[in-house]
Amino acid sequence: MTTIAVAETPLVLSLLRLADTALVHSHRLSEWCGHAPMIEEDLALANFALDLLGQARALYAYAAEVEGAGRTEDDLAYLRDAPQYRNVLMAELPRGDFAFTILRGLFLSAWAHPFWQAATGSTDTQIAAIAAKAEKEAAYHVRHTGEWTIRLGDGTDESRRRMLAALEALWPYTGELFEADAADRAMIAAGVLPDPARIRPAWEATIARVFDEALLPRPADGWMQTGGRSGRHTEHLGHMLAVMQHLQRAYPGCSW
Amino acid sequence: METITQRIEPVTKGADPARLVEAARAAAARVVDPEIPTISIADLGVLRDVRLGADGVVEIDITPTYFGCPAMRLIALEVEAAVERAGCGRPRVNLVLSPAWTTDWITQAGRDALLEAGIAPPPPAASRRALFGEDTPVACPNCGSHDTILISEFGSTACKALRRCQSCGEPFHAFKCL
Ligand SMILES: [Zn+2]
Repeated sequence: MTTIAVAETPLVLSLLRLADTALVHSHRLSEWCGHAPMIEEDLALANFALDLLGQARALYAYAAEVEGAGRTEDDLAYLRDAPQYRNVLMAELPRGDFAFTILRGLFLSAWAHPFWQAATGSTDTQIAAIAAKAEKEAAYHVRHTGEWTIRLGDGTDESRRRMLAALEALWPYTGELFEADAADRAMIAAGVLPDPARIRPAWEATIARVFDEALLPRPADGWMQTGGRSGRHTEHLGHMLAVMQHLQRAYPGCSW
Repeated sequence: METITQRIEPVTKGADPARLVEAARAAAARVVDPEIPTISIADLGVLRDVRLGADGVVEIDITPTYFGCPAMRLIALEVEAAVERAGCGRPRVNLVLSPAWTTDWITQAGRDALLEAGIAPPPPAASRRALFGEDTPVACPNCGSHDTILISEFGSTACKALRRCQSCGEPFHAFKCL
């Protein structure tokens, strides 16, 4: 089985973290295609997935260009194994029910929106260009998942029960969104990527606003899960990649 | 009426550069959005620039409406074919991300074409909107009523939302503001 080893400079690593989070989340959303509770939502989740896939492609293409080893976006997506993936753990958790999917979408897009907004001012022109597009798309994702969170949280007993269960399951994964290690700090110092600590107030404000209307309690910040950004994943990612990468693994180099 | 000879007369590389670029621009501008075939990529604001490269090859910049827009690859291929068919040689088609596409780039002709296709054009000059709260009212492309409601933020493609008119009862697509 071909598996590539990418030379992870701080910039390449940062790009992979962003791209992997977008791709893995996109794949989880795409699993709803044909299964959503109604046709409008089927389309919405598929479009949400498509936006993230487009962002991932742009980020992978740039990561490949920066690495300079002649790789393509496809190589990075299909020829790395779970330990080489750098996405946050929240993105890889199994699809779950609709409440879980919506709340995960809210947590991730409420982070992505201010992140990309700040990244439009990046000293790296390619990142600034990607951010300017991603920011606009993320705004729609926040609106959509925010509105559904309110409907489900302040909905029926059953929808509220499911929302509360999703909240309990997902909250321990929110801490990883705001971590910064040496690579992150190098990128922050160079003005390439925003400081997650400065993204947090906007994220908190969006969550507070939505939770307030959804009648959901903001949990206390207890012990947080971590590791995805360094390649320490849950057992779920390997299974997901087995499906996602199957075609390239079975028929190396095949194309449509 | 133009004759066949006139129609296929190639604009060669020896031709006047201004004429070559003009012919290439005209050919590229006629390519339509495969998902909304009533609107050309020029009127959609997707065609950003047509120029002559230093090597005499026509260079064309296009920009995606949405990152994941699956139509971009087809648009690039069709631009390539249209320019070549116009006798301007095979162009280089670049996908540019910056500046980011905005609905403000849709021309008046483009807005009319959308309306004709039953798609409500985006509210003009309002490419930035609040994260939460009410939108600018959208008029029904069928009866013109402003009494319309949002059914879904995402329609059949990423660039359109699904709405329904409260006056005539018709559901319709509205181009999203970006
Ligand atoms: Zn109407």
